[in-house]
Formats: sequence, structure tokens, C-alpha cells
Amino acid sequence: MAELRIIGKLIPRQDALEKAMGLIQYAADFSMPGMLYGKVLRSPYASARIISIDTSAAERLPGVRTVLTARDVPQNESVTRFGQTHAVGGGFEGLYRVLADKKVHYMGEPIALVAGETEAISETALDLIRVKYEPLPGVFDPIESMKPDAPQVEEGRSNVITHFKVRKGEVEKGFFEAEVIIENTYRVPFVDHAYLEPESGLAWIDENGVITIRVSTQVIEHFRGVADVLGLPHNQVRVIGTYVGGGFGGKEDITVEGFLALLTYKTGRPVKLTYTREESILCHSKRHPYIMIYKTGARRDGRLTAMEAKLVSDAGAYVFLSPWVLLYSMVDAAGPYRIPHVRVDGYTVLTNNIFTSANRGFGAPQVCFAYESQIDELAKRLGIDPLKIRNINFLEKGESLASGQVLEHHVALKETTKKAFHALGEKTVPQGNVKTGQGIASGMTSYGRMIFLHDTSRSHISIEMDGSVTIRAGIQDIGGGQASSLCQIVAEVLGVPLKDIKIYIADTALTPHAGTTTATRQLYMSGNATLMAAQEIRKTLLRKAGEMMRTDPQRLDLVDREVIDTEGSEKSLSLTEVVKACASDGLPLYNVALFKAPFRDLTQYERIEGTVFPDFTFGSHAVEVAVDVETGKVQVLKLISCYDVGKAINPLSVEGQLEGGAIYGMGYALTEEVIVEKGEVKTPSLSEYLLPTSMDVPEVQTILIESGDGVGPFGAKGVGEPSVCSVAPAISNAVYDAIGVRIYDLPLTPEKIVKALKAKKGKIKID
Amino acid sequence: MKRRNTYPIELMINGEWKRTEVIAQETLLHILREKLGRTEVKEGCGKGDCGTCTVLLNGKAVNACLTLAIQAHRQSLVTLKGIGTLEKPHPLQESFVKHGAIQCGFCTSGMIVAAKALLDSNPHPTRQEIREAISGNLCRCTGYKKIVDAIEMAAEKLR
Repeated sequence: MAELRIIGKLIPRQDALEKAMGLIQYAADFSMPGMLYGKVLRSPYASARIISIDTSAAERLPGVRTVLTARDVPQNESVTRFGQTHAVGGGFEGLYRVLADKKVHYMGEPIALVAGETEAISETALDLIRVKYEPLPGVFDPIESMKPDAPQVEEGRSNVITHFKVRKGEVEKGFFEAEVIIENTYRVPFVDHAYLEPESGLAWIDENGVITIRVSTQVIEHFRGVADVLGLPHNQVRVIGTYVGGGFGGKEDITVEGFLALLTYKTGRPVKLTYTREESILCHSKRHPYIMIYKTGARRDGRLTAMEAKLVSDAGAYVFLSPWVLLYSMVDAAGPYRIPHVRVDGYTVLTNNIFTSANRGFGAPQVCFAYESQIDELAKRLGIDPLKIRNINFLEKGESLASGQVLEHHVALKETTKKAFHALGEKTVPQGNVKTGQGIASGMTSYGRMIFLHDTSRSHISIEMDGSVTIRAGIQDIGGGQASSLCQIVAEVLGVPLKDIKIYIADTALTPHAGTTTATRQLYMSGNATLMAAQEIRKTLLRKAGEMMRTDPQRLDLVDREVIDTEGSEKSLSLTEVVKACASDGLPLYNVALFKAPFRDLTQYERIEGTVFPDFTFGSHAVEVAVDVETGKVQVLKLISCYDVGKAINPLSVEGQLEGGAIYGMGYALTEEVIVEKGEVKTPSLSEYLLPTSMDVPEVQTILIESGDGVGPFGAKGVGEPSVCSVAPAISNAVYDAIGVRIYDLPLTPEKIVKALKAKKGKIKID
Repeated sequence: MKRRNTYPIELMINGEWKRTEVIAQETLLHILREKLGRTEVKEGCGKGDCGTCTVLLNGKAVNACLTLAIQAHRQSLVTLKGIGTLEKPHPLQESFVKHGAIQCGFCTSGMIVAAKALLDSNPHPTRQEIREAISGNLCRCTGYKKIVDAIEMAAEKLR
């Protein structure tokens, strides 16, 4: 395999044609005879005691088959798990409560479930459930929530879920040595994933009595948690994942699975449950809003001396992934910079807001906005070029993050920053009220899960008598080309065309567990597992072919369904001849491989120290904006995304990730905010929660660097989440370059810009 | 429950006449997905914000969720599956595949239908005209660039 024939080529994904033809069925496209329709009753209060629930009128409604409340759930309370083998402890696992019983903790919390013969009947039944509430005081601001006298969100526990620390050197000493100090508070909002496919699933009891759930999810391995809810053995629940119409972290937590399992278990009938868009926005997790107080010191020559940060994230009413997200932020908080003295304190805090959890980037984009704004401000204050100040301070391979993790692989930041910025070219000449500016920002995002999770993935490959190949892997494909990449790897290693490969994914009963499609881990984890399995089969085939050809197997290669001699001779064998010979010798024509990420247990969780992640992806965004100083409107004119991707398994897919990630980040910077007032989501539609449209976006230009130094197959790094990281600060820095004012709160709305411009002119004092 | 009044309608979907019963306030999207099995028409929001349910009604791109089923009575309707087949894909479908314009694929159905409406009326669109034509169709995965590329290339092929 000296020369790569399929890896690294721009190839359409294996699922693209079916998607273009409308042949792939998404979760809501399935139905079954005799199917019931599930609906969820949700709390209209953000904080209230439930005095009573009367379901009798709903139950009497003709066509209603069941109404369930917390007392009908065999195990209503357990801990949140995300496919990890064991509970980690240290406060990482939160409470998972299926249905609210004594209290409601956020607006939209599920209280009761209905299954009826039609959707209309189930909806009517919801209106007939009588719940008596006693409203209670709530807490909606994380800073308020940290005060000792704040109302407790979850009775009997502190609102402060987690306090993490990073300590390096003596930060006071570092600030004493500093000649310039920048200090600011940054705020980032709640963000919705806004995948175009709302949550959906269909559950039934199969002929073996197994509860089977076909669902749009990033984590089929929630089947264990669902089985626990029902009090059933884990092998009595099967989850089949559909092709997902967008995930971005929002389908990482359980969505409809638990509800569907309960309804089908109680009725014995198939049940379908699809959220409306409004229900989706009101009720699924959000990206964490953060308040970030940053202080950075540097010498006159630009060398950083100290950084101090305090991060407070709003977890909402339930823990879910909040401590994990905060941990990512802690590791990334000081950025990819060499800083002798660092002190970071991070808190994640319960409030009566909608709960927050994973969202593309998982804690990395929040802190990147802060540290990249700080570095830019330092550059301006010191009169040093923004590229130069970064180059002076960028970490390099072999150096350590503030938390102590050594960067063992290539750090391409000098290159990505330079290439991205140079690709911007000349600044567009400003015209009248429209000022133009350019900005740069760089960042780091891990790929692969935290190593104390003991992450593993499995992949099964078999080759048939006619040379066609089947892959079975329990991955979820959320649109990132997860399945397609595995096909390419197998095609490369076994020398078969892509059209001869069939992949089965995402079935907890029939495909080996491959873990979650989260944490930008599938190419790394399942890619490596698939590579290992394919290499085993390759070995078997070549050994046999060597015997048949009386040639050293080392000289042989598999190319386009043939075994060829790479050292000159014209000898060759067809793949099918070799496969048949292996079969008649009883040699295994299948392999299931297990890939293990490096493991390391943490001895304590308060102070974040040492290696936490397998590796990081580094990259930069360069932006040119036009800002209308009358209206405050920002138009992104140019957006360059330059990343070290290790090795692009499929450049078309990688470009797609970088382009999409850049626009995802642009939305974060400019328009996207889930407005939550006293716990109430005020933006429950896609006309109020504003995604970038085709009219808002620039033509993103991507530049791929291939260091070959990633820990994925063929040296690949993960890009799905990293692609978002530094867009928002790059835009904010460009806005500063255009109009000379800096905005510290995302999104950069016209109102904030106009207000900041007026404050600069001294017309109004900003608070 | 009181039975609501239903009305028989007939409509041509992808060249075939279909009959069904609808209630007055039922949307075209609802009958397509729930009664006629046309699940290639997607529901992303149900209120005209996202464009995933775009279909051609007498050649014009409409949101099926904002169209009453009864308005489609005796009209001609084209969905994604009416544009091309696996055996004979439309150049737009081939182009979306080739240019990486499809990631999760949930917007693809509406996107290709909206692009078809554009190319039927304007065979030489500029990139800006393409952007305008798909401005009612949200995509969360691609950042739109490869979608615009795909439509531009398909237009070239169709000329």
C-alpha cells in the first residue's frame, strides 16, 4: 500500500446518491401498522412544585391507549451516561430523571406521556391532563445561583455542580513581570443546534420480545440507559440508528428514546414520537452560555507572562454534560499559547433555565472567543502585528499546555495563521458608512474522548466469495461522512472498488459497538478499528496468495480486485480466486477489531493536570468584514479556514466540514442566540432563532494542511468540531479593525455595535 | 369525537394521478407524508421557515407546509423523486453528489426542488441568483458553498 489509491481522493460519499434521490429514510419517515402516536406534556413553569396530576379525563378520551406519569416509570431516576463503560464519579454524572414528579425545574420539563391512535387524539389528551402547580422562586442567572442564599435548583445539592482549577506557576509573579495587562469580561449566549431534522423515533416490541427503537441519535448506546429506565436487562432493548438529519451534539443526550420505550412497553403497540420544531427548540439541550473574566499580561516585546481566567457556565436545570464541557474549556482556556503563569477557575452552575450540554466544539469555542479577543487586544495595545504576537507565543510540538498536557503531535498554528491571513489579500476599500476590517484568530480543539473514559471502538469486516465486502460498525452517521470514511479505508486496504462495499451501521443488536458519534471521535476511533480489521483480512489474503503464486507476500498488493506483484513480475491473481482458496482452507474471511484509545485514570478531578485528550486539531480563521456604522450591520466578505487535518481521507468531506463549521461559527458570532428570560425560551422558531442563510454567507475558502501527524488512520486528525472554534473571535477582531470598537458579548448584533460606537463617541456611557 | 368533514381531492404527483380525502385545514405536507407515502418531502419546521418541504406546484417552488392540501386539487405536483430516478438521475442530483453538496441530507430534497424551479425559469443563473433562489432553504451542514457550486455546474450541464 505504498501508494494510496482511494484515501485522499475527492470521492462522493457512499450515501450521497441515495440522499440526492430521496431514498434514504430518516427517523420520521418510518411508520408501522397499528402504530400509536406519542406526545409529551411539558411544564409551563420554570420552577414549581407539582401538587397533583390528574390524568383521568385524558385516559377517558376515546383513542387514548395510555397516559404515563413518573409513578409509572419503573426507574424514573438514574445517572446520565454517554456510552462510557463505567461511572467516572467526581461529579461528572448527573441526575437523569425521565419525568418530573415532585417539582419542575425548567420550562419544558417532561411531566407526562400520552399514546393515542392519532396525533390529534394524543394532542387533545395532553390538554385534558390536569396538573396543579405551586410556583416557586427560581434562579436564572448563574452568578446569582452561586450565592449561598439562592434557591436550590435540585433540593439538597449545591447549585455549583463543579469547580475545576488549572494552576501553573505563580500568576501574581507573572502579572508583576507584565508591562501590559488586558482585563475584560466576555459573554456568550445559549445556542441551539438547529439541525433541520427534529428529534424523532419509532419503537416496537419485536418477535423476540425485545424493545426496539429506531431513532435519530448520535448515541445508540443509550440502549443501556433506556433498559435501566424499564428495569430490563440491557440485551432486551435494541436501538437502531437512522441516518441523522444533523446532530451537532444536540442528539448526544437521550431525546425521545426513553419516552418511546415506556409507551411501547406499556401498550404493546408500535409508537412514533416526533418533536415539532417548537418543541425541539424549547426542550433539547443548548450550548452553554459562559461568563468569562480574563486577564492577560505581556511584556513590551509581546511575550505573554500570565493569564488568569474565571469561567462560569450556566448548566440549566440538569447536569447532563456540563462538567465534561467545562473540562474541555479548562484544558483550552489559556489557548495554544506559551504562558509561564496561569490560573483558571471554572464553575458550572445549575439554574432554572433550559439545560445545556454538548454543542459542536464542546466548550472550546467559548474560551477561544475570550483568549483570541485578549491576544488581539494585547497586539493593538503593544502596537505589534496580530500575527506576530501569536507567532511569538504559539506552543510547539513537545511543549505543554497550561494544564500540563504535552503536545505530542505537530502544532501547525504558525502555518495556519499565516496561510489563512495571506489568503485574505488586500482589504476592500471602505465606502462611506461602510467600513472594512480584517481579523485573524486561531484555536485548538481536541478530538477523541477524554482518556479517563477508556474509550474503545469495534468494527467487523467480512469478504464474500465474489469479492464484495461488508462492514458492520455501530457508528452513527450524522452527516459528517462517518460511514463513508470507513468504506474508503476498507476499499484502500483490500483493493476493492467502493461500489463493492456495503456498510451496516448503528444497530446495537447487530453491529459491534463503536461508541458515540460525538467528540469528533469516529474517524479516529472507528477509523482505526476498521483499518485494523481490514489489515488482518489483507494479511490472510496475501499470505494465501503468496502460497498460490509462490511469491513472498511482502511483494504483493491488492489493487482493483487483483493481487499483483509489486516487484516487476507480470504474475497476478484475481481477488475471488484467493478468497475461494482461503474459504476452502477454512481461513477466516472476516475480522472484528477493537481499537483502544490511550487510557489514563485521573486521581482527582478538581485540579486539571496532565494528559486529558488523545490529541488536538489546530487551525485558524481569517475574516474580512464590512460594518455599516449607521445600522451596525456586519457583513462577512471573506472567510478563510485553514486547518492541519493530518491527512484528508476524503478532501471533499473535509472541505465540507470546514466550510460548514465556518458558517456554524459565523452564526455564533453574528445572529444566533436563544433568548431565555426568566427561564422562558423566547425564540422557539427558525424565524426567531436566526441561522445564516445562503444570502448571508461569504464563499468560505478552505486551506488544508496535511502534516500526517494525527492519531487517526493514515495520520488523520478530526475536524468536525474543531472547524467552528476560532470563527467568532476572528469576526470580532475584524470588526474591531473596521470600526475601532470591541464587542465583548456574542452575538455581535447591530444594536450592540451601534451602542458601542455611540459610547466610543462619548454620546452615552456604556454600563 | 365528532368526525370532521372531509373533501375528496385528486392531484397529479410526479406524473401520476392520486386521490385522497382531506380535511379543510390539512396541509399539503401532511397529506404527502401521512397519506400518500411521499416521505421524501421533509418536515423541518411546519411553518415556512426552513424550506425542507419544498415541492413544485405547477412548476413553482412552494413550501408544502404553507399550502393547504385542498389548494392542490387538480394541480400538478413534483417532489424530489419526480425529478429523477436512480436509473436516470437529474443533472442536479448528480451534481449535488459530485460536488459534496450533501452532508446530513435533510435539506437536500427541498434544496434540489428549489434549484429545479430556478433552472426551469433561468437556465443561466449567476451565483447571486442561485443564492437568492435557495434563500428560503436552510442548510445547517454545508455553509451553502458546495450547494451553489452544484447548482451552477448542473446549470452548465443542462445548457
